[in-house]
Amino acid sequence: MRAAVVVFPGSNCDRDLAVAFREAGCQVEMVWHKDTTLPSGVDIVGIPGGFSFGDYLRCGAIAANSPICTEIKAHADRGGFVLGICNGFQVLTETGLLPGALLRNAGLKYICRTVPLIVGTNDSIYTSAYDVGQSVGVPIAHHDGNFTASDDVVAKLSDEDRIAFRYADNPNGSTADIAGILSENRRVLGMMPHPERAADEKHGGTDGKALFSSIASALTAA
Amino acid sequence: MKARVHVMLKDGVLDPQGEAVRHALGGLGFGGVDKVRQGKVIELDLADGTTEDTVREMCEKLLANTVIESYQIELS
Repeated sequence: MRAAVVVFPGSNCDRDLAVAFREAGCQVEMVWHKDTTLPSGVDIVGIPGGFSFGDYLRCGAIAANSPICTEIKAHADRGGFVLGICNGFQVLTETGLLPGALLRNAGLKYICRTVPLIVGTNDSIYTSAYDVGQSVGVPIAHHDGNFTASDDVVAKLSDEDRIAFRYADNPNGSTADIAGILSENRRVLGMMPHPERAADEKHGGTDGKALFSSIASALTAA
Repeated sequence: MKARVHVMLKDGVLDPQGEAVRHALGGLGFGGVDKVRQGKVIELDLADGTTEDTVREMCEKLLANTVIESYQIELS
């Protein structure tokens, strides 16, 4: 299976994400934000964490309007898979591929530590290797991870079983403890925590590894 | 011509920064500050004849995230 990892000016988790995909058995190509096409045959696009365009205007806002994002939207519209982590999640909400928005953390502090997440659903290629209700330790590193959406949107996410991960102990004020959500077709995942930083023994934890291995096994079998 | 765009978080969207400013004002001894909302002002130098509709399009596409923000346009 083939993955593309997008690089914006200010991305800083792009190589970590590429390593995590590669370790899971994916063929990975890096894609520059000014590119106007995705490599042919790409199954999944990874939008990495970082501070694209210095977080100017709003986190992810300028990246969401870069040339490659037109292609990413078309890829998602065709039923392609997209994984956005941290700043990548912010980009996905800014493009409208996922609902809601990420506000400044309620405590106003940048938070960088490993937190327990509760798996909300295993009905996706990203979470199929986990059990619903399972607790996994995954690092967060963000200043603007406070997920917000209207009550209607949150109810819809919940009713449609699209809340992929919840914080066990809400660190940032996110509505309904939401840490990660799926698109309606369950093929786009945005999450603030960094599974690619918990994918190797040397990271100090490997709870994020199953996310990449389940993507790889689902897309290789397909 | 110039346009000035005011972008504010919508009512009902929690504004942690505004809340921190409110606390800080209280700490400085300013009483009676019930609420603070913090937004941003974006000034644009535009070609003459640019319409308000065009500026509105800029707001919708980039300058504001209408999921959480509202905007007002002043042309001069």
